[in-house]
Amino acid sequence: MGMFAVNAFLLLLLAIIAVVALRVHRLFALVMLSGAFSLTAAAQFVVLDAVDVAFTEAAVGAGISTVLALATLSLVPREEKPHAIAPLPAIIAVATGALLMVSIGDLPQFGAADAPVHVHVAPDYISGSAEKIGVPNVVTSVLASYRGYDTLGETVVIFTAAIAVLLILAGWTRAPYRREDEDRDTQGTRSIEDKQEDAG
Amino acid sequence: MSEIAAHWNYYLVIILMMLGFYAVIARGNMVKKMVGLNIFQTSVFMLYISVGKIDGGTAPILTGDPASVYSNPLPHVLILTAIVVGVATTAVGYALIIRIYEAYGTIEDDEVAVLIDSDQDARERADAEPAS
Amino acid sequence: MQDDPVIRVVAKVLIPAIMLFALYVQFHGDYGPGGGFQAGVIFAAALVLNAVVFGLHRARQVWPMRYNLMGVSAGVVLYGGTGVWSMLAGANYLDYFALKADPKAAQHLGILLVEFGVGLTVASVMVALFFAFAGRLTHIRLVAKTAAHEATDSGTSRPGDAA
Repeated sequence: MGMFAVNAFLLLLLAIIAVVALRVHRLFALVMLSGAFSLTAAAQFVVLDAVDVAFTEAAVGAGISTVLALATLSLVPREEKPHAIAPLPAIIAVATGALLMVSIGDLPQFGAADAPVHVHVAPDYISGSAEKIGVPNVVTSVLASYRGYDTLGETVVIFTAAIAVLLILAGWTRAPYRREDEDRDTQGTRSIEDKQEDAG
Repeated sequence: MSEIAAHWNYYLVIILMMLGFYAVIARGNMVKKMVGLNIFQTSVFMLYISVGKIDGGTAPILTGDPASVYSNPLPHVLILTAIVVGVATTAVGYALIIRIYEAYGTIEDDEVAVLIDSDQDARERADAEPAS
Repeated sequence: MQDDPVIRVVAKVLIPAIMLFALYVQFHGDYGPGGGFQAGVIFAAALVLNAVVFGLHRARQVWPMRYNLMGVSAGVVLYGGTGVWSMLAGANYLDYFALKADPKAAQHLGILLVEFGVGLTVASVMVALFFAFAGRLTHIRLVAKTAAHEATDSGTSRPGDAA
């Protein structure tokens, strides 16, 4: 019951933050709410026994993500153009949610120990981590050893994302603008590019 | 009623998902879309972690006590890496927003669409005119 | 913020502590919550704090961009290289049992190397991302400043623009 109360409280808090984030028009406030959402989500992950995930969410979602969003806001306008509630997207979102809710009924009960997901490979991982790998943190042994390929792929994805951002922002590209675009380009954009080539 | 009691966590997570999804498809401001995407993403993470939870279980860090029950570590691993990949892709999104603002002077997608249309019209007109 | 002595002193105390904590999280990941992903982000947070408090220019002197580029690639190479090592030892790719005679020590070694590769990549990527975003702002300020100077030269600026 205690767990139910804490979990429901955190989920309601998350829902409130999400609703406020939808309504707020100042983007600084929006980014701060996004950080608060991530931190509350991290608390929720601790309640659901996922301490490693909570750790990551607190460091990444509430930390680095917020910093990057603030860095973006220092370059773009900080006010959102006010919008009324859009009926069609609202209907689509509610319909998708309703479909998911109908299909949720087929899932095993929340917290049931005999759900299919818990009886297939998870016991192997938990016993194998102690006997074969000798690492007490099962998440680490699954991450780095049992599913090493998976993690290698994720590392390469992060690598690629960094290369992409550097290509977009740090002026790595030597490719010239197409001639026809050059006349149309605003002065500001051109001079930034020039400055970057000088500095970079 | 017992149905809701058995799955209450999933239902609340889906409400979060709907809010995030709405922000992504309805809002014109690109920063707001990114935050909506983050909410959407985090609620999907929460769904996975909820699936891995076992009543009375503890975090999957072995204590040596044979009686202890551990929650399923597999969703934790998948979501752990997904969070870090998520922030990397979010950064690519923000970088594109900055470039879009530098090129078009706005981050509202309807205004960008108008600018692209007028740009294309101008190009077509220029193509139609014989080169002088 | 760069002129506030309280923030500067607190940051000077905090930055090494955060870096040490990152290393703890990195190498204690086998026994408690933590690992390469978290450690990388925490280590990057220390460098981001350095950049925020002391300015991007100073941070880039301490930690030049080429360190990030080397770190990003070195992490992936270390991860992939561990797999190649196990192949050279006669086992499958990323099969750590071949790395040493004792199976548990072999697994420990493999996980340590792989996690360190992940930590290196994640830390460098996060710092590189922050430098790229913050560097964009510095360039734009530079452009604005040059524009203001040019306006002063041509005698059309308002007073105070150059400051």
